[in-house]
Amino acid sequence: MEWEVVIGLEIHAQLATRSKIFSGAATAYGAAPNTQACAVDLGMPGVLPVLNAEAVRMAVKFGLATGCKIAPRSVFARKNYFYPDLPKGYQISQYELPIVAQGKLEIQLDDGVTKTIGITRAHLEEDAGKSLHEDFHNLTGIDLNRAGTPLLEIVSEPDLRSAKEAVAYMKKIHSLVRYLEICDGNMQEGSFRCDANVSMRPKGREKFGTRAEIKNINSFRFVERAINYEIERQTDLLERGGTVIQETRLYDANKDETRSMRSKEEAMDYRYFPDPDLLPVILDDGFIKATRKTLPELPDEKRERFVYQYGLTPYDASVLTSSRELADFFEATERASDGEAKLAANWVMGDLSGALNKANLDITASPVTAHMLGGMIQRISDDTISGKIAKEVFEAMWNGEGDADAVIEKKGLKQVTDTGAIEAAIDAVIANNPKQLEQYRSGQEKLFGFFVGQAMKATQGKANPALLNELLKKKLSA
Amino acid sequence: MHNKTIVELSADLRAKKYSSEELTRAFLARVEKFNPQLNALVTLTAEHALAAARSADARIANGTAEPLTGIPIVQKDIFCTLGVKTTCGSKMLDNFIAPYDATTVIKLKEAGTVMLGKANMDEFAMGSSNETSYYGAVRNPWDLSAVPGGSSGGSAAVVAARLAPAATGTDTGGSIRQPAALCGITGIKPTYGRVSRYGMIAFASSLDQAGPMARSAEDCAMLLGTMAGFDTLDSTSVDMPVPDYRATLNNSLQGLKIGLPKEYFGDGLDAQVGKVIDGAIKQYRALGAEIVEITLPNTMLSVPTYYVVAPAECSSNLSRFDGVRFGYRCKDPKDLADLYKRSRGEGFGAEVKRRIMIGTYALSAGYYDAYYAKAQQLRRLISEDFKQAFKHVDVIMGPTSPTVAFNLGEKLADPVTMYLSDIYTIAVNLAGLPGMSIPAGFVGQRPVGLQIIGNYFDEARLLNAAHKYQQVTDWHQRVPEGFK
Repeated sequence: MEWEVVIGLEIHAQLATRSKIFSGAATAYGAAPNTQACAVDLGMPGVLPVLNAEAVRMAVKFGLATGCKIAPRSVFARKNYFYPDLPKGYQISQYELPIVAQGKLEIQLDDGVTKTIGITRAHLEEDAGKSLHEDFHNLTGIDLNRAGTPLLEIVSEPDLRSAKEAVAYMKKIHSLVRYLEICDGNMQEGSFRCDANVSMRPKGREKFGTRAEIKNINSFRFVERAINYEIERQTDLLERGGTVIQETRLYDANKDETRSMRSKEEAMDYRYFPDPDLLPVILDDGFIKATRKTLPELPDEKRERFVYQYGLTPYDASVLTSSRELADFFEATERASDGEAKLAANWVMGDLSGALNKANLDITASPVTAHMLGGMIQRISDDTISGKIAKEVFEAMWNGEGDADAVIEKKGLKQVTDTGAIEAAIDAVIANNPKQLEQYRSGQEKLFGFFVGQAMKATQGKANPALLNELLKKKLSA
Repeated sequence: MHNKTIVELSADLRAKKYSSEELTRAFLARVEKFNPQLNALVTLTAEHALAAARSADARIANGTAEPLTGIPIVQKDIFCTLGVKTTCGSKMLDNFIAPYDATTVIKLKEAGTVMLGKANMDEFAMGSSNETSYYGAVRNPWDLSAVPGGSSGGSAAVVAARLAPAATGTDTGGSIRQPAALCGITGIKPTYGRVSRYGMIAFASSLDQAGPMARSAEDCAMLLGTMAGFDTLDSTSVDMPVPDYRATLNNSLQGLKIGLPKEYFGDGLDAQVGKVIDGAIKQYRALGAEIVEITLPNTMLSVPTYYVVAPAECSSNLSRFDGVRFGYRCKDPKDLADLYKRSRGEGFGAEVKRRIMIGTYALSAGYYDAYYAKAQQLRRLISEDFKQAFKHVDVIMGPTSPTVAFNLGEKLADPVTMYLSDIYTIAVNLAGLPGMSIPAGFVGQRPVGLQIIGNYFDEARLLNAAHKYQQVTDWHQRVPEGFK
């Protein structure tokens, strides 16, 4: 039988507020345990939550960017369960009335096809603390620095039909929240993670199969692997006549497998009810309009603009707009190059990205600035250097040897356009290679390349290639 | 000095008739003498008090004193007090010292009051007799075999026995008004949101409200003026200016429309209590008020509604007492589940456990709609009753409690009877209205309280009505035998 996978993602994006969602404690990552947890985060007796307006603004920005409905009235609810890193014995979340609902997002697939994925809802909630099971000699340590950190939980419709689609969707959300500057997207630090709901059904059937929920996956690669593992596991099970049970599973990256955590029967009754310590969040049109004005140009809009403004291919435009920083870098390079958009795109996507990848650096930490790269491109376009020499210039800039002009000057890389100098070099090459000259003249025209190479070598690569070709052709056929 | 009101003490302190330190020592001496028989205070803070009294004296000397500067008070042990044990009447918090002050505590501190200690109370404010306290029952100064009411029973006994001129209380279903009535003192539960709840250990968040308990409406007006106000730390506190409650105390009651809900005078009301209330109403008529019979048809629903809403909220509010970060922890837990079960099982008393279980049940999947959601609907109906009534009357009056103080142990074994003793006070919390209780007479030697219910944020009118009554009666000035 042919099977089809149905996937829905719940993405948890940590909102980039300075303080926590219900207290004034800082949210910075990596502080010593329990140094960023105040009485409210600790759930001390008598303390009360106060909603961080910035978290609300960020959730609304996300809603507006995905065409969601912004709820004029949303309600915080308590999700009750006991766990040592959950200080109050309940998590403040949103249940029946989330702040954002019913939107959609377009994703671009490898084959160039665009697919629309529904967003069911996005709601605000607080994160729990961390239980540390190592280093405590069979005891558990509790770090509450993360407790109360604002999260936006973004729930997709079950519209995804492959692990690749799921990754494309997750990447798109990742890019979007960073564009909106509402989440730093740092997956290693857990700022962006997801749960995947995966089920199988015979292809063509409408009814969904029983799903398993894979919890807390924190990399694109793991999402793809965990889903693919789950597809295989469930398909295998179904083909052998078994049934999938509804359960929560954990992805183990080391073993590349998912493992059962708890089944539906063991599922907790969270006893949700509206939190009486917090008033409903009422948002009026004025607030929503004002927030809309703060939205930056979004990835899709930017991509389209790159195509028509810079004449880039849709593919190049989509690569360059995959992050706001990369897009900004490209545009700054384009400006500094005096309008050489195509060259700027090639260099940013080519040599620069390659070097950044190799050095494991972010575009914002590039040792070659947009201004430097643009300056170098100007030297290419005004024929001061050739594209080949430019690679050498780029490498020198990367190594901190100054900007393009300084490198060209210092290393004497300026292209030779003096006809006399090039002619002299050609003459010497021809004189030194009588055998090749004879062969060439007797019809072996492919030897032309040999002469170009020799002549280039003689000018240390600095001869203007077009000029050299022209002069060489003339001399060889003379 | 212990028989003087705050207004009188404040004038005396200013006139340098005695210092705050002398006043404080005098009350501390009374506490030492009488507390053993009353058990009204669970923690004494004599040293703190004397230090505070001395700085109050300095303020009086340098002219920066406020009206409450130098006045000794007692805090209900539900308010977190920086560096001083806060138990909430529970074994669970027997070792708990808060690293912060409740907003109300800060406000009263800044006004210059002198905290003598912390008052006994029903465990986590759950009780109507002060018998559920881990620290033992409080006795009623008017009759030591009677309960003082609850949950602010310690506060009420302190004020009635003149161990302090005033105390703070909290009221979730009548916990200020009922003990005030049973101990013959004056207490006001303000409109929900009028006083910050920050640092006040939550029982039922949507119902809890703090207020003052004192010997006169005028003293309550002074205290409430200090306690009330918006607090950025409490999202449910209301950002409205606090009026000068003393300024309107002497307004005439001529033409004041008083509604008497017929449901508050029917079956269940002790006939003798009813007679006392009738007498008080006559007095109001004499003061020029107009009496109107009204109906609050959903009154009977208030007890069942309350006993879904309050336990539901408390079942969640009390989850933080898990033995992990503070409070009681069982000995040698063998695993996490054991830690939870035994810490909570051993740390909480019977009434608290009963309510946690009721609340947990009411919120459970499959029961939520039948209980919690239904209770919320009824709550709206009950509020609507009052809304209708206040279209026709200015205040509503009736008994605070259907009986005078009952005997210790009398209702402890029968929670439903105990719950029903709050029938006249509970609806006020469900609606979020302000309510007050003032002494209106006695049945035998046990006091009777008159309840005055007002419209939202109409505390000034309640205090005005109470004050005018107290100008022509002396019930509030009576002192229990043995505490003179």
